[in-house]
Amino acid sequence: MANLNIKIGKLQLKNPVMTASGTFGYGREYSDFMDISRIGGIFVKGTTIRERQGNAYPRMAETPSGMLNAVGLQNKGVDYFINHIYPTIKNLDTNIIVNVSGSTVEEYVETAEKLNSLEKIPAIELNISCPNVKEGGMAFGTSCLSAAQVVGAVRRAYKNELIVKLSPNVTDISEIALAVEAEGADSVSLINTLLGMAINAEKRKPILSTITGGLSGPAVKPIALRMVWQVAKAVKIPVIGLGGIMNAADAIEFMLAGASAIQIGTANFIDPTVSIKVIDGINDYLDRHGFQSVTDIIGALEE
Amino acid sequence: MKKFILDLVLKENRTLSNQYALLVLTSPEKLPEILPGQFAEVRVDGSSTTFLRRPISIHYVDYELNELWLLIQVIGDGTKRLAELKAGDAVNIILPLGNSFSEPTNKNAKLLLVGGGCGVAPLLFLGSYLKNKGFEVNFLLGARSKTDILQISEYERFGNVYTSTEDGTLGEQGFVTRNSVLKASNFDYIYTCGPTPMMKVIAAYATKTKANCEVSLENTMACGIGACLCCVTDTIDGHVCVCTEGPVFNITKLKWQI
Repeated sequence: MANLNIKIGKLQLKNPVMTASGTFGYGREYSDFMDISRIGGIFVKGTTIRERQGNAYPRMAETPSGMLNAVGLQNKGVDYFINHIYPTIKNLDTNIIVNVSGSTVEEYVETAEKLNSLEKIPAIELNISCPNVKEGGMAFGTSCLSAAQVVGAVRRAYKNELIVKLSPNVTDISEIALAVEAEGADSVSLINTLLGMAINAEKRKPILSTITGGLSGPAVKPIALRMVWQVAKAVKIPVIGLGGIMNAADAIEFMLAGASAIQIGTANFIDPTVSIKVIDGINDYLDRHGFQSVTDIIGALEE
Repeated sequence: MKKFILDLVLKENRTLSNQYALLVLTSPEKLPEILPGQFAEVRVDGSSTTFLRRPISIHYVDYELNELWLLIQVIGDGTKRLAELKAGDAVNIILPLGNSFSEPTNKNAKLLLVGGGCGVAPLLFLGSYLKNKGFEVNFLLGARSKTDILQISEYERFGNVYTSTEDGTLGEQGFVTRNSVLKASNFDYIYTCGPTPMMKVIAAYATKTKANCEVSLENTMACGIGACLCCVTDTIDGHVCVCTEGPVFNITKLKWQI
């Protein structure tokens, strides 16, 4: 049994396997199927300063080896989270990390400030990469200047671990990563979804109400892996890898490319217990290859 | 209700037509309690174009035989694969999901269960459930043609069956929404599942005749357990997940223009 413990900045994880925002609800949706406290961390649904209804239906299109979504950050707002959801999940024996989004810098700051006071929320993930909202979201994450601006402002207001979730819809993701590192991000997570589109030819209409949406699933994995590898080389802060991870082998590939931990997203929809299988699979791999600790495989790609 | 991920075994594939298959599934373990109106998320193996599970309504549950029935309409490659399963094949399934149809409070209530096309699926289980509870059940089933009205004898076990076909090959000719039973009787409770335009007409009829009306929606879904927020419908309480708040909705909750 290898040591699966890992640290992401100040964040202590019992293993490097976490679940991605927007794919695991608040954890409790999955508790019938497994002991969710075995997971290294749970990134809860994107949270904004005020309630959002999200985009109109249809919001989802199945695509080859993946899916497009255009949920548009539907959530009940940060105050509802603090008053009604946090009390029901705060005693879980895992890291609950809140994904924070906004339309303006002020909204990001205000939401982050409110989360500062929650004892059992050790980190936030700043979502500057949501492709499904008209204002904010990805607009912040696609230029170094605006990414730096929002991360800098939140850094001054938020004292705990600050993870910044990066958009793949850019020319050079390393530049963005360096810009947010310079503004005090403790770590980066990547990739968010890739902007895509689906059409119903028979009806000559787009499938999504928003026309475009975010692509996830194994279809995006090679791109995600490449970007994690590039960013891990560029920055000094830890990198959390995600994008199409379906099994332990995928997760290990991200760690070899330089990720210190990983998130599982879309795969949760097909196998709700996949994260447990990935934890066990990483352990088997480490034993099989004679590694004492999961830290031994971070960036261990032999180039 | 606790949800389970189960590997069920296909006992029998009753191919009903080139478009429909009835999968009779069983399990070495006792099946969990399932309520009428609930659905399952079925994993599709061996289809390169199918990534997500398929949400399929529970057609019927026979607790004595430990059987779960799913009615599969072939739409794309995923449902084609399911319709081609053979006896002995394992089927990975998450269930029971979603809410259920509600039971009338008055035992003498007049009930009508209206189904169109594959939407007849959950009504068989609902009809059997209500009959067991002592209600008199009336089914109104509609389809394009006689060959699309499936296993009518199964429905007849639990109640009176009225039919409409568009080509007139069975029952009255025309849409189910024009069936004379709607004019001949008044109903206290109407349960409906089928194409949205059909359900809207039935909902309008229910509103006009002051009947309590529940509809079962079949929005496209990814997770089926309220995590992805993809399957929402607009209600008087805002966007809610059809997979957890539904699939059954009282029409007074929906923002339908009827």
